[in-house]
Amino acid sequence: MLALLVPLRKSVMFATCLLLLVGCRSQTSTADDSGSSRAIQNKGSDTLVNIALAWAEAYQQVEPDVSIAVTGGGSGTGIAALINGTVDIANASRQIKSDEIEAAQKNGITPVEFVVAIDALAVIINPDNPVDALAIDQLADIYSGRITNWKEVGGRDAPIVLVSRESNSGTHVYFLEEVVRKGDSENTDIFAAETLMMPSSVGITSEVSRNPNAIGYDGLGYVTKDEKIIAVAESSDAPSVLPSIESASDGTYPLSRNLYMYTAGEPSDTIATYLDWIRGPEGQQIVAASGFVPITQE
Amino acid sequence: MIDLAQIVKQRYEAGLIRFRGLSQTWKQQNWAELGIETLIRGAGISTIFIVGLIFLFLVREGLPTFLDIPLRQLFGERWYPTEGYYGLWPLIVGSLVVTAGSVIIAVPLGLMTAIYLGEIAPPWQREILKPLIEMLAGIPSIVLGFIGWMVLAPLIQDLGAPTGLTAFTGALILAYMALPTIISISEDALYAVPKEYRDGALAMGATQWQTIWRVILPASRSGLMMGVMLGIGRAIGETMAVMMVTGNAAYIPKLGLDVPFSPVRTMTATIAAEMGEVSQGSLHYNVLFGIGIVLFLITFAINSIAGRLIGQVVRRRGGQL
Repeated sequence: MLALLVPLRKSVMFATCLLLLVGCRSQTSTADDSGSSRAIQNKGSDTLVNIALAWAEAYQQVEPDVSIAVTGGGSGTGIAALINGTVDIANASRQIKSDEIEAAQKNGITPVEFVVAIDALAVIINPDNPVDALAIDQLADIYSGRITNWKEVGGRDAPIVLVSRESNSGTHVYFLEEVVRKGDSENTDIFAAETLMMPSSVGITSEVSRNPNAIGYDGLGYVTKDEKIIAVAESSDAPSVLPSIESASDGTYPLSRNLYMYTAGEPSDTIATYLDWIRGPEGQQIVAASGFVPITQE
Repeated sequence: MIDLAQIVKQRYEAGLIRFRGLSQTWKQQNWAELGIETLIRGAGISTIFIVGLIFLFLVREGLPTFLDIPLRQLFGERWYPTEGYYGLWPLIVGSLVVTAGSVIIAVPLGLMTAIYLGEIAPPWQREILKPLIEMLAGIPSIVLGFIGWMVLAPLIQDLGAPTGLTAFTGALILAYMALPTIISISEDALYAVPKEYRDGALAMGATQWQTIWRVILPASRSGLMMGVMLGIGRAIGETMAVMMVTGNAAYIPKLGLDVPFSPVRTMTATIAAEMGEVSQGSLHYNVLFGIGIVLFLITFAINSIAGRLIGQVVRRRGGQL
């Protein structure tokens, strides 16, 4: 048995070495700009995935020999991939957390942050629901399970069905911090256990569009005409504001946030040019066309 | 008593006796024999070896779950790992409710279909139905999940549930996934019952129903049980379809008639949904493997109970099926 174990251990070590070698190679090859065809791996936030795809497609015309592969999965997924060294750019709809930076540094990677767009987070309900506006306090009570019936916020006598993204979504984390905890870092409220966790944006919109008692949230660019957007008030005596490109960029809509791209260390030339293009007028035009808010240009 | 073997051995070692011709062919044969034997043994052992390695890997990655988190918290009622709530109880309950639901739906349906196919249906119907049922087994689970999401969930919501994404929706989809397994294995078991049994029962004046209920079913019990167990195995391990239709809310439904109509989060869906986000080596990562261990133990328990039950039945019948 011992004799069996020793060669096994050797072969396991050999396999690990191989994996390490392959890992190193893929990392160096992306940093290498001398080749004629260059590939950028781009992964993360489902909120950003549609814009990221539009960018990648439009960039083909600008720089035909750079190929960009875009995948979604959620901000946490993208950042985890950045930490594990499998992507060049991670898309995130939230800022990177301190423990994620630590984990990345342990792997020899320093994430560098770029703001690429602004998103207004829309709170959506079924079009049959008579409720039109809610204050952040009411939303917090609803999502943490203190309010469970629509009649408590001026609706019908019906149970509230909570719909949320999975916890690997940056949108989920943003909503937790800014709505459920009302931006208070001391607050430790969490989503009610009854909350339906949807693995995708489409999961949220389709449940809200067919369930008269559901409430959900999603990036403004993802809301379709089958859901009703409600106006959100900062506090109960503040005016309720509907999300739009204008109200998000002038800051009157309370639930707007930056969308980020993270690179593993200072970006190489190929990636830096791509990010400059994204943050430039052409890239930001695509942001506006996708229903998101462009970052202000100086 | 004189030990003959001992004497032969001593003389052989002293060079007094030789088995030249004999020992050469014996050696050659032995090499071929040894080769084949090792190959077969290797193939057999490798399965066990791989299962063992999987378990070792699970334990290595998942053990911190049970060491670093107090047991009371592990069996807590909240699952919200990004904020440090690691209660596995809602996930275990979720998996059990969905699996139990699917068994309650699939087992009677599957057994009845098998009995109809094996005992009652005329041959031309069998020839149409059997391939169709086998086709059902070929539908990818994600497609069934999609049907559940698009068609079944709205129907269940119309029945009056707060949302259509419930344990019952998941159970229905899983039942349809387990049905082909249960039907085809049970049908094989019924087919294995000797024709003499049927002839004998009918000759003694039993009706067709009496023959089926009193003779055929008891005679094929172990095979039927195996079909049911494999069906359950398929149901408890299923991930994607369940993730799409059960709503994934990690909470324990309050006891009552509406338990099947509340959303649940299963262990498999939790692993699938959260594995992508965790950084390797974090506590959350370990806990996901911990869930894997729990799942492994539950499946292992079901399998060994099934194995024991089948063994008992076979022994009682003196080794006959």
